[in-house]
Amino acid sequence: MTTLLEVSGVSVTFDGFRAINNLSIQVAEPELRAVIGPNGAGKTTFMDIVTGKTRPDEGRVIWGEKSVSLLGLSESQIARAGIGRKFQKPTVFEAQTVRENLAMALKARRGPFDVLFHRRSRTEAARIAELAEEIGLLDALPRRAGELSHGQKQWLEIGMLLAQDPRLLLVDEPAAGMTPAEREHTTDILKRAAQTRAVVVIEHDMEFIRRLGCKVTVLHEGSVLAEGSLDHVTQNQQVIDVYLGR
Amino acid sequence: MSTSEIAPRRRFLAENPSVLWFLGCLALFTLGVTVLSEGFGLALISTSMVKILGMTLCLCLIAVAMDVVWGYCGILSLGHFAFFGLGGYAIGMWLMYARTQGIVVESLSATPIPPTEIEIENAIASQIFGVVGSNELPWLWGFAHSLALQLMMVVLVPGLLALVFGWLAFRSRVTGVYLSILTQAMTLALSLYLFQNDTGLRGNNGLSGLQNIPGLDHLPQSSLSLWFFWASALALGLGYLVFAWLVSGKFGSVIRAIRDNEARVRFLGYDVESYKLVIFTLTAVVSAIAGALYYPQAGIINPAEIAPIASIYLAVWVAIGGRGRLYGAVIGAAVVSLASSWFTGGGAPNIDLGFYTLNWTDWWLVLLGLGFVAVTLFFPRGIGGLFDMIVRKP
Amino acid sequence: MRSIPSLARLVATVLALGLLSVLRPVVALAQDGLQPLLQEYQAEIAKPSRSTVEKVLSGLMAADRPGTAEFLLRWQDREVYARPTDGLFFYAEETGDALRLIDIDSGAAVAEVSSREVSQIRPNSGVRAVIAAALVPFELNAADPARRAAALDAIARSGDASQIDPLSQSIETETDPALKQRKERLLTLLTAQFASALPYRLAAIEGLAGDTSIEARSVLNQLTARVPGVGTALPTGANIANVLEVGTDISEVEAYDRLVAANLAPPRQSATDRRDVLAQHIVDGAVGGVPLHLLNTDAARARAYEALEAAGTVPPRAAEDEVARAVAAHVFYEAYAEPNPEVTTAAEEALSATSRALGLYQTLDLVLDGLSLASIFFLAAIGLAITFGVMGVINMAHGEFIMMGAYTGYVVQLFIPDYTVSLIVALPLAFVVTFGAGVAMERLVIRHLYTRPLETLLATFGISIALQQLAKNIFGTQARPLTAPDWLSGALTLNDIVSISNIRVAIFVLALIFLALLLFILKRTRLGLEVRAVTQNPGMAASMGIDPDRINMLTFGLGSGIAGIAGVAIGLYAQVTSEMGANYIVQSFMTVVVGGVGNVWGTLAGASLIGFLQKGIEWFNPSNTLAAQTYMILFIILFIQFRPKGIVALKGRAAGD
Repeated sequence: MTTLLEVSGVSVTFDGFRAINNLSIQVAEPELRAVIGPNGAGKTTFMDIVTGKTRPDEGRVIWGEKSVSLLGLSESQIARAGIGRKFQKPTVFEAQTVRENLAMALKARRGPFDVLFHRRSRTEAARIAELAEEIGLLDALPRRAGELSHGQKQWLEIGMLLAQDPRLLLVDEPAAGMTPAEREHTTDILKRAAQTRAVVVIEHDMEFIRRLGCKVTVLHEGSVLAEGSLDHVTQNQQVIDVYLGR
Repeated sequence: MSTSEIAPRRRFLAENPSVLWFLGCLALFTLGVTVLSEGFGLALISTSMVKILGMTLCLCLIAVAMDVVWGYCGILSLGHFAFFGLGGYAIGMWLMYARTQGIVVESLSATPIPPTEIEIENAIASQIFGVVGSNELPWLWGFAHSLALQLMMVVLVPGLLALVFGWLAFRSRVTGVYLSILTQAMTLALSLYLFQNDTGLRGNNGLSGLQNIPGLDHLPQSSLSLWFFWASALALGLGYLVFAWLVSGKFGSVIRAIRDNEARVRFLGYDVESYKLVIFTLTAVVSAIAGALYYPQAGIINPAEIAPIASIYLAVWVAIGGRGRLYGAVIGAAVVSLASSWFTGGGAPNIDLGFYTLNWTDWWLVLLGLGFVAVTLFFPRGIGGLFDMIVRKP
Repeated sequence: MRSIPSLARLVATVLALGLLSVLRPVVALAQDGLQPLLQEYQAEIAKPSRSTVEKVLSGLMAADRPGTAEFLLRWQDREVYARPTDGLFFYAEETGDALRLIDIDSGAAVAEVSSREVSQIRPNSGVRAVIAAALVPFELNAADPARRAAALDAIARSGDASQIDPLSQSIETETDPALKQRKERLLTLLTAQFASALPYRLAAIEGLAGDTSIEARSVLNQLTARVPGVGTALPTGANIANVLEVGTDISEVEAYDRLVAANLAPPRQSATDRRDVLAQHIVDGAVGGVPLHLLNTDAARARAYEALEAAGTVPPRAAEDEVARAVAAHVFYEAYAEPNPEVTTAAEEALSATSRALGLYQTLDLVLDGLSLASIFFLAAIGLAITFGVMGVINMAHGEFIMMGAYTGYVVQLFIPDYTVSLIVALPLAFVVTFGAGVAMERLVIRHLYTRPLETLLATFGISIALQQLAKNIFGTQARPLTAPDWLSGALTLNDIVSISNIRVAIFVLALIFLALLLFILKRTRLGLEVRAVTQNPGMAASMGIDPDRINMLTFGLGSGIAGIAGVAIGLYAQVTSEMGANYIVQSFMTVVVGGVGNVWGTLAGASLIGFLQKGIEWFNPSNTLAAQTYMILFIILFIQFRPKGIVALKGRAAGD
């Protein structure tokens, strides 16, 4: 288990409001990690910083064996470096078919001319079918993503995330709007992914986290309050005060 | 693997029957006009009408380019007519130079002593630029003597302008309405620049006499107009084919995704800016080619053609025709531009309301403006949307 | 028919007569009266000409008999008549068809004659000018201040050395402080130009240093005027300003042209001349042995010409090395027209002080120009900025609302002829009209397109072309006047350089009023609070019980209403045409984009930046406003690269992607 992502001493301020305050988190590869915390604790902002959407005022974000700083890279460069993200609100391309959505996400060269002269191959089609099977959308491949139900869109986005074949998956509330059976399936997929990669999950649902059975990081007011197993952190008095015991 | 690589073109056409339909219609139309034209024999369509139709085909081509950049990629460019105009200027420079050269050489051959090269050049310069009070050939015209070089300019000048402007604009993540205004500003700056007398392109006089093709003086306008009509049809057909191929595959998928949610596309690892730049530049070049075919048929180009309003009309055509479908753009450009010239050219009969005579030359723009509002409000898919209804009905 | 001005002059003359009759006892000691003296110059007075009038004047002045000034005035005004029978001069009054002759010395009527019996003396304008100048000393001491001022103006127009003494003498007795100041100033100018005593002259020149008035500058410029010169050596005794170095200060071609102009060198032969000469010497299809068809290069033509030269059929021409030699053999210089170097040095120093002051004032003038342009942009753009900020909607028809406001002003003037009253009516009416139009447009069109900003842009463009054409159909294509009341048509003038028209001041004040009003509405009223809430977070605002529909409608109405008022203001100094809105719309967009959206201060900053920038660029290249606009737009395009959200960036609905 080696450190894949190292966030250290990061702070960010929006109009005087300190959203992230001297935050330090390390994620290893492979690892499954859950991040919890009350509203406004900075969970999503943390993901924004790692994926390049938000530039921190200070601190370092170091990636991979070569210790590349992610701060100087654009969103697309970070994504190509191997960081995939699923958003809180499912964002798939609703005007396009499920197949097109998956094909776009599939790991391949991303340059405009590579894509322009890209030819569909059988291996590609097989990979799409495989992913669609895993997320239960095999029959829906030719359907437009906009026609899917909320849960199916969540699946599709998870499928797109897997199609990217990233080394680090940042997953923001994957189980929202899912039935218990679907949640279980999601847990399985995430657990399986975490066997070979780093997976960071943001979730509010404690049952879901318990089922993941992984290390938990508790954020509060933009910094880490506690870290450890779920049982460990739920017994932490501070955590109970700010979060669980409200 | 093997099946997919045997004939991607056939599969592309098989998956996009509308492309074949369009090409078929275009071929039939071209054939029909040719047979009925004055130059060919039947003379049911006048030469000026052939020119208008040929020009309309060029407008359809730029509308297709506009549809790709706006309808597919979501960049509402209010500057593509600037590229169209630049293409026209680039070809117009050769047309004007070469023709003036012919005239000058002929008139100087009457003098007892044969002219030197400098004398010829000075005579050309004073012939072309006398109207703006200059008799020197500006550096801009350094390539004007060569058709090949000037044809390169048709592609290079607008292409480079689009590349530099697009790089600057996309790099700083200017999007949406801001980008539209910025492209409009670029167009305005260009037309104001061309309006000046000392910029080497004859100020508001523009370039004229472009309908006379040097070296083809022996051909009557009736057959020249047909040649240009065919070239325009060919350009439209090829442009349509290329763009249809471009937007149909994975590339099309990515640019439509950029249109719908460009931030999300970035998180998938695509460099959105370079995609936009490719599309912006490519469509600019196609617009320039359309312009280079248009202005020899129109005969004159001046800076007013590049004014921002022209580019807005282009957007109007595409919106009325239906965005996000290439044939929609063609229909929009053809219908609106032909209707405009019919109504404003006095073709439409005036309507006597008893208390007021509705004169279409006065009221057409009011109708067009309000009609356009109605289309935006009630038929966001435009005329092309009607096809969907027909196709989906069974 | 007598025109009003000549009547006025008659009145002035009568007043002058009054003054002179008061003076008469004092000068009554002089003998013989004026008439005998006049008879000495009978021919010259009866047939006055430029060449003879000086003699008459100096004679009359020297004698200084009573009534001289009155006579000169009347002579100048063609009111003197000569009787051919005896050559006597008379003044005359018209009595019906006849003329009543009045004796010059006694002022009594002597006879009534028909106009055919006497001849009116009609000095031409040149002569009248000379007479007027001679009258100066009289006029300078006239009792009527208006006449004294007129005399001073005459001196300012065409001064000469002879006026210095009468002018300085008249200063002591001058009672009017303003006129006294003017006299002293003119005296300084005259002294600087013409005084014979050098110290006085130098002191006067020094006194002009930093004086930016046109008079002072033209005096200094005259003193430092240079005459180009050329010779084999610098002339001795000339006041040389500078020696020109060929190649740096003056090109060889120019230098040679000067030599040719001074007859110091033979003219150079142009290529065309040479060709024409060659064409005259065609012999058997060849010139100088060179076949015609080969004469299409310069080298061949030179060869042919040399052959002709050698044969002696054509004159030799100045070859390049001869040109260079001739230029090298001469010295080129600029000499002052004024021979005294002390004077020119002092004048140059004074001039450089003046140009420093001038630069300062020009900067001030530029700032005022920029300020008024910024005010116009602010007025034109603020409505657009509000609607864009609050609703994320670009209104392409905004320019047509400006036009609508201007036409409202025009229509009001058709009904209310008093321009002040009509303006007072037009401003609120324009607001009401465009407010209504804006609300109607918001309800009918824009409301349905809130989620599609690009389509709003196009739909409003549709409205824009419809409105423009509608205006054309109603009001025609020619410009309509919107006349400003008199109190707005003047200008505030600080000095000869800095002035600003009252309309522009009014527009500036209007812009300030709107700035204050908008700030008040946005910061201090309930509506403003709700508008700001909707701007920053429409969803939250709606959940707090604010009706975003109502806010959008009111905001759009407000933005459009301000456009209407801006239209009246712009129409007052520009022309009212159906296209006037289109002329402002792009600049307004720029203002909004550069300033940053949805913020009054941002629009102010954007308008100031664009206004000052445009004036600044125009200042660098004043002949070409098109180029100024081009460069300004290029600047804006680059500016957006570095501040994509404008000067004052805002976080809110419009700021989001």
